[in-house]
Amino acid sequence: MTDWTSSSVVIRHKVGLHARPSVKLTQLAKTFAATVQIAGTPEGPWIDAKSIVKVMAMKAKQDSTLYLRASGGDAAAAVTALAGLVERDFDEDRAHAASG
Amino acid sequence: MKDKVGIVIVSHSIDVARGTADMVRQMVGDTVPLAYCGGNPEGGLGTDVAKILKAIDEAWSDKGVAILVDLGGAETNSEMAVELLDAGRQGKVVICNAPIVEGAVMAATEASGGGSLEDVRRTAEELSPQ
Repeated sequence: MTDWTSSSVVIRHKVGLHARPSVKLTQLAKTFAATVQIAGTPEGPWIDAKSIVKVMAMKAKQDSTLYLRASGGDAAAAVTALAGLVERDFDEDRAHAASG
Repeated sequence: MKDKVGIVIVSHSIDVARGTADMVRQMVGDTVPLAYCGGNPEGGLGTDVAKILKAIDEAWSDKGVAILVDLGGAETNSEMAVELLDAGRQGKVVICNAPIVEGAVMAATEASGGGSLEDVRRTAEELSPQ
Protein backbone atom coordinates (compact mmCIF):
# COMPACT_ATOMS: atom_id res chain seq x y z
CA MET A 1 0.00 0.00 0.00
CA THR A 2 1.63 3.22 -1.15
CA ASP A 3 1.59 6.13 1.25
CA TRP A 4 0.38 9.20 -0.66
CA THR A 5 0.50 12.87 0.18
CA SER A 6 -2.49 14.43 -1.56
CA SER A 7 -3.99 17.77 -2.44
CA SER A 8 -6.41 19.28 -4.91
CA VAL A 9 -6.58 22.63 -6.62
CA VAL A 10 -8.96 24.33 -9.03
CA ILE A 11 -7.49 25.27 -12.38
CA ARG A 12 -8.28 28.93 -13.01
CA HIS A 13 -6.14 29.33 -16.09
CA LYS A 14 -8.31 30.55 -18.95
CA VAL A 15 -7.45 27.74 -21.31
CA GLY A 16 -6.99 25.05 -18.65
CA LEU A 17 -4.09 22.66 -18.64
CA HIS A 18 -3.01 23.25 -22.23
CA ALA A 19 0.40 23.22 -23.83
CA ARG A 20 2.32 25.86 -21.93
CA PRO A 21 0.88 25.15 -18.47
CA SER A 22 1.41 21.42 -19.07
CA VAL A 23 5.07 21.99 -19.84
CA LYS A 24 5.51 24.03 -16.66
CA LEU A 25 3.74 21.47 -14.50
CA THR A 26 5.82 18.63 -15.95
CA GLN A 27 9.08 20.53 -15.58
CA LEU A 28 8.32 21.29 -11.94
CA ALA A 29 7.26 17.70 -11.21
CA LYS A 30 10.56 16.46 -12.63
CA THR A 31 12.51 18.46 -10.06
CA PHE A 32 11.27 16.11 -7.32
CA ALA A 33 12.46 12.60 -6.66
CA ALA A 34 8.99 11.54 -5.48
CA THR A 35 6.48 9.75 -7.69
CA VAL A 36 4.00 12.49 -8.61
CA GLN A 37 0.60 11.81 -10.13
CA ILE A 38 -2.38 13.90 -11.15
CA ALA A 39 -6.01 13.10 -11.93
CA GLY A 40 -9.26 14.79 -12.86
CA THR A 41 -11.26 12.96 -10.19
CA PRO A 42 -10.34 11.72 -6.68
CA GLU A 43 -10.78 8.16 -7.96
CA GLY A 44 -8.33 8.60 -10.83
CA PRO A 45 -7.22 7.41 -13.31
CA TRP A 46 -3.91 8.73 -11.99
CA ILE A 47 -1.30 9.72 -14.52
CA ASP A 48 2.41 10.43 -14.20
CA ALA A 49 2.84 14.20 -13.73
CA LYS A 50 6.39 13.89 -15.12
CA SER A 51 5.13 12.69 -18.51
CA ILE A 52 4.48 15.70 -20.75
CA VAL A 53 2.58 13.60 -23.29
CA LYS A 54 0.20 12.19 -20.67
CA VAL A 55 -0.30 15.53 -18.90
CA MET A 56 -1.14 17.27 -22.16
CA ALA A 57 -3.47 14.44 -23.19
CA MET A 58 -5.50 15.00 -20.00
CA LYS A 59 -6.86 18.26 -21.40
CA ALA A 60 -7.93 19.47 -17.96
CA LYS A 61 -10.24 22.45 -18.44
CA GLN A 62 -10.66 25.80 -16.76
CA ASP A 63 -12.53 25.59 -13.43
CA SER A 64 -11.98 21.85 -13.20
CA THR A 65 -10.31 20.43 -10.11
CA LEU A 66 -6.89 18.90 -10.41
CA TYR A 67 -6.08 16.18 -7.88
CA LEU A 68 -2.46 15.76 -6.95
CA ARG A 69 -0.69 13.03 -5.04
CA ALA A 70 2.92 12.13 -4.42
CA SER A 71 4.88 9.41 -2.74
CA GLY A 72 8.52 9.37 -1.70
CA GLY A 73 11.01 11.42 0.29
CA ASP A 74 10.05 14.86 -0.99
CA ALA A 75 6.37 14.07 -1.61
CA ALA A 76 4.99 16.83 0.63
CA ALA A 77 7.20 19.47 -1.00
CA ALA A 78 6.22 18.22 -4.47
CA VAL A 79 2.48 18.44 -3.76
CA THR A 80 2.84 21.90 -2.21
CA ALA A 81 4.92 23.19 -5.12
CA LEU A 82 2.63 21.83 -7.84
CA ALA A 83 -0.55 23.06 -6.14
CA GLY A 84 1.15 26.44 -5.77
CA LEU A 85 2.02 26.59 -9.45
CA VAL A 86 -1.60 25.93 -10.43
CA GLU A 87 -2.88 28.46 -7.86
CA ARG A 88 -0.53 31.09 -9.23
CA ASP A 89 -2.01 30.47 -12.68
CA PHE A 90 1.25 28.88 -13.84
CA ASP A 91 3.14 32.14 -13.28
CA GLU A 92 2.04 33.37 -16.68
CA ASP A 93 1.53 36.98 -15.65
CA ARG A 94 5.03 37.04 -14.28
CA ALA A 95 6.40 35.48 -17.46
CA HIS A 96 4.60 38.06 -19.55
CA ALA A 97 5.88 40.87 -17.37
CA ALA A 98 9.41 39.52 -17.69
CA SER A 99 9.19 39.32 -21.46
CA GLY A 100 7.83 42.87 -21.53
CA MET B 1 23.25 23.91 -20.69
CA LYS B 2 25.40 21.05 -21.98
CA ASP B 3 24.09 18.75 -19.27
CA LYS B 4 20.80 18.51 -21.19
CA VAL B 5 20.10 16.57 -24.38
CA GLY B 6 20.22 18.88 -27.41
CA ILE B 7 17.38 19.28 -29.91
CA VAL B 8 17.81 19.80 -33.67
CA ILE B 9 14.89 20.74 -35.92
CA VAL B 10 15.18 19.90 -39.63
CA SER B 11 12.42 21.09 -41.95
CA HIS B 12 12.17 21.58 -45.71
CA SER B 13 11.18 25.14 -44.89
CA ILE B 14 13.38 27.51 -42.90
CA ASP B 15 10.20 29.27 -41.74
CA VAL B 16 8.75 26.07 -40.32
CA ALA B 17 12.08 25.25 -38.67
CA ARG B 18 12.39 28.73 -37.14
CA GLY B 19 8.76 28.78 -36.02
CA THR B 20 9.12 25.38 -34.37
CA ALA B 21 12.26 26.56 -32.58
CA ASP B 22 10.37 29.68 -31.42
CA MET B 23 7.65 27.49 -29.92
CA VAL B 24 10.22 25.38 -28.09
CA ARG B 25 11.96 28.46 -26.68
CA GLN B 26 8.71 30.08 -25.57
CA MET B 27 7.11 27.00 -24.09
CA VAL B 28 10.06 25.13 -22.67
CA GLY B 29 12.59 27.90 -22.06
CA ASP B 30 16.26 28.23 -22.90
CA THR B 31 17.82 25.53 -20.74
CA VAL B 32 18.05 23.07 -23.63
CA PRO B 33 20.61 23.33 -26.47
CA LEU B 34 18.56 23.97 -29.59
CA ALA B 35 19.37 24.49 -33.28
CA TYR B 36 17.34 24.43 -36.46
CA CYS B 37 17.86 24.40 -40.20
CA GLY B 38 15.75 24.31 -43.33
CA GLY B 39 15.92 24.89 -47.04
CA ASN B 40 18.30 23.68 -49.72
CA PRO B 41 21.67 25.38 -50.45
CA GLU B 42 19.96 27.60 -53.05
CA GLY B 43 17.52 28.93 -50.49
CA GLY B 44 14.50 27.04 -51.79
CA LEU B 45 12.49 24.35 -50.06
CA GLY B 46 14.52 21.28 -49.19
CA THR B 47 17.13 20.08 -46.76
CA ASP B 48 20.91 20.13 -46.84
CA VAL B 49 23.35 17.72 -45.19
CA ALA B 50 25.89 20.50 -44.49
CA LYS B 51 23.28 22.64 -42.73
CA ILE B 52 22.12 19.65 -40.70
CA LEU B 53 25.70 18.92 -39.62
CA LYS B 54 26.14 22.54 -38.56
CA ALA B 55 22.92 22.42 -36.55
CA ILE B 56 24.00 19.19 -34.81
CA ASP B 57 27.25 20.93 -33.91
CA GLU B 58 25.44 23.97 -32.52
CA ALA B 59 23.11 21.90 -30.35
CA TRP B 60 25.79 19.42 -29.33
CA SER B 61 25.66 18.02 -25.84
CA ASP B 62 27.58 15.16 -24.29
CA LYS B 63 24.20 13.72 -23.35
CA GLY B 64 23.36 13.48 -27.05
CA VAL B 65 21.22 15.16 -29.66
CA ALA B 66 17.67 14.31 -30.76
CA ILE B 67 16.69 15.35 -34.30
CA LEU B 68 13.11 16.14 -35.29
CA VAL B 69 12.36 16.06 -39.02
CA ASP B 70 9.39 16.73 -41.26
CA LEU B 71 9.15 14.80 -44.54
CA GLY B 72 11.18 12.19 -46.49
CA GLY B 73 14.32 14.07 -47.50
CA ALA B 74 14.67 15.65 -44.09
CA GLU B 75 14.97 12.18 -42.63
CA THR B 76 17.31 10.70 -45.25
CA ASN B 77 19.57 13.77 -45.22
CA SER B 78 19.62 13.68 -41.42
CA GLU B 79 20.64 10.02 -41.55
CA MET B 80 23.39 10.97 -43.98
CA ALA B 81 24.56 13.76 -41.67
CA VAL B 82 24.70 11.35 -38.74
CA GLU B 83 26.81 8.95 -40.82
CA LEU B 84 29.29 11.75 -41.46
CA LEU B 85 29.83 12.42 -37.73
CA ASP B 86 32.86 11.09 -35.85
CA ALA B 87 32.36 7.54 -34.70
CA GLY B 88 32.25 8.77 -31.11
CA ARG B 89 29.37 11.12 -31.83
CA GLN B 90 27.30 8.86 -34.07
CA GLY B 91 25.97 6.80 -31.20
CA LYS B 92 24.78 9.93 -29.42
CA VAL B 93 22.42 11.19 -32.12
CA VAL B 94 18.92 9.86 -32.74
CA ILE B 95 16.29 10.80 -35.30
CA CYS B 96 12.84 10.78 -33.70
CA ASN B 97 9.87 9.24 -35.43
CA ALA B 98 7.50 12.00 -34.35
CA PRO B 99 5.62 15.01 -35.74
CA ILE B 100 8.10 17.88 -35.99
CA VAL B 101 6.36 20.62 -34.00
CA GLU B 102 4.73 18.55 -31.28
CA GLY B 103 7.71 16.22 -31.10
CA ALA B 104 10.14 19.10 -30.65
CA VAL B 105 8.14 20.59 -27.76
CA MET B 106 7.71 17.20 -26.06
CA ALA B 107 11.35 16.22 -26.60
CA ALA B 108 12.61 19.56 -25.29
CA THR B 109 10.37 19.33 -22.22
CA GLU B 110 11.79 15.91 -21.41
CA ALA B 111 15.33 17.16 -22.09
CA SER B 112 14.82 20.20 -19.84
CA GLY B 113 14.04 17.88 -16.94
CA GLY B 114 17.38 16.15 -17.39
CA GLY B 115 16.11 13.07 -19.24
CA SER B 116 18.49 10.79 -21.12
CA LEU B 117 18.64 10.67 -24.92
CA GLU B 118 16.50 7.52 -24.86
CA ASP B 119 13.95 9.22 -22.54
CA VAL B 120 13.79 12.17 -24.91
CA ARG B 121 13.24 10.01 -27.96
CA ARG B 122 10.62 7.89 -26.20
CA THR B 123 8.73 11.00 -25.11
CA ALA B 124 8.66 12.44 -28.63
CA GLU B 125 7.63 9.11 -30.12
CA GLU B 126 4.93 8.53 -27.51
CA LEU B 127 2.88 10.92 -29.64
CA SER B 128 2.90 8.75 -32.73
CA PRO B 129 0.44 5.93 -33.31
CA GLN B 130 2.22 2.67 -32.49
